[in-house]
Amino acid sequence: MRIVTPLKNLDRELARFRGRVKFGAAFALLLAGVLLARAFHLQVVAHEHYIERAESNRISLVPAPPNRGLILDRKGRVLAENYSAYTVELTRAEADDMEATLAEIGKLIEITPGQLRRFRRLLAESHEFETVPLKSKLTDEEVAILAANLYRLPGAEVRARLFRNYQGGPGMAHVVGFIGRINDRDLRRVRESGLDKDYKGTVHIGKTGLEQSYETLLHGRAGFDRMETDASGRAVRMISRIPPVPGKDLRLHLDASLQEVAEHAFGDYLGGLVALDPNTGGVLALVSKPGFDPNLFVDGIDPETWKSLNESPERPMVNRALRGIYPPGSTIKPLMALAGLELGLREPDDSIDDPGFFRLPNSQHRFRDWKPGGHGIVDLRRSISQSCDIYYYRLAVDMGIDRMHDYLTQFGLGQKTGIDLQGESSGLLPSRAWKQRRWKQPWYPGETVIAGIGQGYHLTTPLQLATMTAMLANGGKRIQPRLVDAVRDPHTRAWQTQAPVMLGEVAIDPENLAVVRQGMMDVTRPGGTAAASAAGAAYGIAGKTGTAQVVGIKQGARYDATRLAREHRDHALFVAYAPAENPVIAVAVMVENGGSGSGTAAPIARAVFDYYLTGKRPGTMKLETDDAAD
Amino acid sequence: MQRTRHWILRRLSHLDLILLALVLLLLGISVAVVASASGQSPARISGHLVNVGLALSLMIVMANIPPHLLSKVGPVLYVAGVVLLVAVAVFGEIRNGSRRWLNLGVMAFQPSELLKLAVPLMLAWYFQRNESGLRGKHFLIGGALLAVPFVLILRQPDLGTALMIGASGFYLLFFAGLPWKIILGGGVLAGASLPVLWGFLHDYQRERVLTLLDPASDPLGAGYHIIQSTIAIGSGGLFGKGWSQGTQSQLDFIPERTTDFVFAVFGEEFGYVGTILLVALYLSIVARGLVIAARAPTLFGRLMAATLSLNLFTYVFVNMGMVSGILPVVGVPLPLMSYGGTALVTLLLGMGILMSVATHRQLNKT
Repeated sequence: MRIVTPLKNLDRELARFRGRVKFGAAFALLLAGVLLARAFHLQVVAHEHYIERAESNRISLVPAPPNRGLILDRKGRVLAENYSAYTVELTRAEADDMEATLAEIGKLIEITPGQLRRFRRLLAESHEFETVPLKSKLTDEEVAILAANLYRLPGAEVRARLFRNYQGGPGMAHVVGFIGRINDRDLRRVRESGLDKDYKGTVHIGKTGLEQSYETLLHGRAGFDRMETDASGRAVRMISRIPPVPGKDLRLHLDASLQEVAEHAFGDYLGGLVALDPNTGGVLALVSKPGFDPNLFVDGIDPETWKSLNESPERPMVNRALRGIYPPGSTIKPLMALAGLELGLREPDDSIDDPGFFRLPNSQHRFRDWKPGGHGIVDLRRSISQSCDIYYYRLAVDMGIDRMHDYLTQFGLGQKTGIDLQGESSGLLPSRAWKQRRWKQPWYPGETVIAGIGQGYHLTTPLQLATMTAMLANGGKRIQPRLVDAVRDPHTRAWQTQAPVMLGEVAIDPENLAVVRQGMMDVTRPGGTAAASAAGAAYGIAGKTGTAQVVGIKQGARYDATRLAREHRDHALFVAYAPAENPVIAVAVMVENGGSGSGTAAPIARAVFDYYLTGKRPGTMKLETDDAAD
Repeated sequence: MQRTRHWILRRLSHLDLILLALVLLLLGISVAVVASASGQSPARISGHLVNVGLALSLMIVMANIPPHLLSKVGPVLYVAGVVLLVAVAVFGEIRNGSRRWLNLGVMAFQPSELLKLAVPLMLAWYFQRNESGLRGKHFLIGGALLAVPFVLILRQPDLGTALMIGASGFYLLFFAGLPWKIILGGGVLAGASLPVLWGFLHDYQRERVLTLLDPASDPLGAGYHIIQSTIAIGSGGLFGKGWSQGTQSQLDFIPERTTDFVFAVFGEEFGYVGTILLVALYLSIVARGLVIAARAPTLFGRLMAATLSLNLFTYVFVNMGMVSGILPVVGVPLPLMSYGGTALVTLLLGMGILMSVATHRQLNKT
């Protein structure tokens, strides 16, 4: 039994304890005060701030990409359109094991090796959170199979996407171009031009052709859905939406059938063709052979296909019509003749006796005519129709390189035409200053001689030749060539025609021009270099043949096409407009290794004229043709 | 039949009705908030109701055990707890980088939970034994009894639990009459040793403290919890968004929103008015507990009642302080609110002890 503590002591202990209890109560009240003060600050003082933060937490703007504008030909035929299709896409960040998921999908639906290669390339280029398409244009059955199995395919999803479909065929690829997935460089450009908001949610951007040059018009502006989202970003419901603004439709001057006829006329040959409306600058056809299927690029191209396209010796990706540079050869002779008349160096009746060669004073070097033995007595008209080299050697020497350069410059040679496509070459119109700058060498008289027949340093694109020809057809008006004729507003549905852009006008004495035109008409008449190609035409054609040397021919050696490998044969050129009296179409044709302008290039131009002016569709050209005189 | 009912009524007579009402009120709120926070998931709600039922039964059992019997359990529980802590240190299972669990085959057991009751019981038993002449040496021994489990838990490492157990031990020493000189001196010493203590903290613990000072520095990591919970509470405003209308909680922005962060849900849906009511309910429990302590006939009862009351409010303060962003994130549930069985059982056992102290007025053995 313990001794009981004295009562007095117990009272004191109890009093002390109660004191401490009161202190404990005060402590609890203090802590409660702190909590309530903090809650007051959060819930009353800073309430507005937190409401805002909760809203921005909760609401996310989900971009709704706009429909891309259509591209139509002059008759309203669709060249580029949109369609919606299901794709199966994968996200690296969400896939636990990408290879396993791929293998699983491969068991469910058919994935071609090409699709797999393309997917791996895109995956390597993409960010972790980006979705990368594996297979697009899924069939309903494939969608159903995948949808049923998505739960065991981590990182995979099936989505409806807008795609671009190019119906113009491979020949149209160089005009319409194609869209491709936006890469980092595109993104930076979009951001720098302040358009990043418009591109929210957009996967594709124009990469080449009209798709590239009219990107801003075609694209439109993204809309935004205000969505309520949960913490993992899943949309729970839509609150409001700002609809996207669709892109504008483009209508071209270009006639898809005409283009098709032109391509067809090329047969197996490579080359470029540009047909212009000389009165508006509208591009009626723009061919670069070979073409390729632009649809391959829309959703990313697989590396093997890309390699085969890019490394093909035929270089299908190069737009020869505006990038291919070739010596213009004899096709500049009408222009040289006009310069001779306009500069007062020649009268139409001034004639030479052509012995088949030309020598500079104090030189033994013989500049030969293409025709052994020469053309005999040649005046200006005959110099064009017969393509007499000697006439132009002399004219060039009389004119001098400076005046030649200045006069030809007015017709756009050696400059970009400003067509509404990107990547155009400027070619080269040689001058004394250029040579000094480029080669640090003076200009030699012999160089003037060959410049007179479009050889030597001269380099032009088919587009430049077409522009030059259009100027001869319209009397000197330099109009910027243009593919797009009209733009349609998506809301009003009204087409707005684009006015032609005049770059300048060369003042030409009509009499002088008439003589040159007569010479060009003679080209297609019996006795002219392209007479065979123009035979039986229901309208007059004014033109000029030409060849561009691929390999230099040694002094004294003769050019013989049949003894050369095809890739060493000369490029064949032909420029022409029709009807000769009242021209509505001007054409420049360049056939790589075509041999002679009259043999291969002129028939292609004839086919284009026939279709455009009479609606007649000609047959395909044979690869090997009899070489006619040039 | 008559006898059985009589027996049951006798058991229920040991319940303190005021305390019972407060506890039931809080548990009712808890069920409502957990229901809302879980998106009215039936599994979560029924799980919670089972926990509540089990904990309430254990509370009733506890209330019927007279304090002098309870006090004898103290040393046993304490020794067992310390032995288990040592066992954990030696054989324990490592989860999330901490050695806190003993794998008993059927379940993982966390001995530190046991110490939350064992430490005050042990100390109260010790002071009750030496009631007649408490001197400095008794406080020294008391302090040592507290230090052993404190250090063991701190080393697991489990800073949160160690501090909460440390607090409960300190409250007991305080109510037992720990001299003010020592308290103040200890406070100064503790303040001075903070930099040293900082050196002993684990990297993740330091990070938590730093995150508290600037939550925006790590918005996707440790700061995410604090940022999202303060947004939830703050956006609740004066009257709240209404039950199950909280966008933050309903849209998954609050992590652990049925357990440690349940106050964020409550604050968003019931606003400042709700917060005041909630704090008032907790304060009422503390007040009732302190009244029971002041009226208790034995030192053991007084010490246990006062300590358990203040301890409960410490949990409230630490949890709400953490969720509202004034204290570092430590894993402390909100008493009587958070989903989770172990903590609820521990707390209602404590409430049972309070009721036992309140209803067993006789000094001597029955």
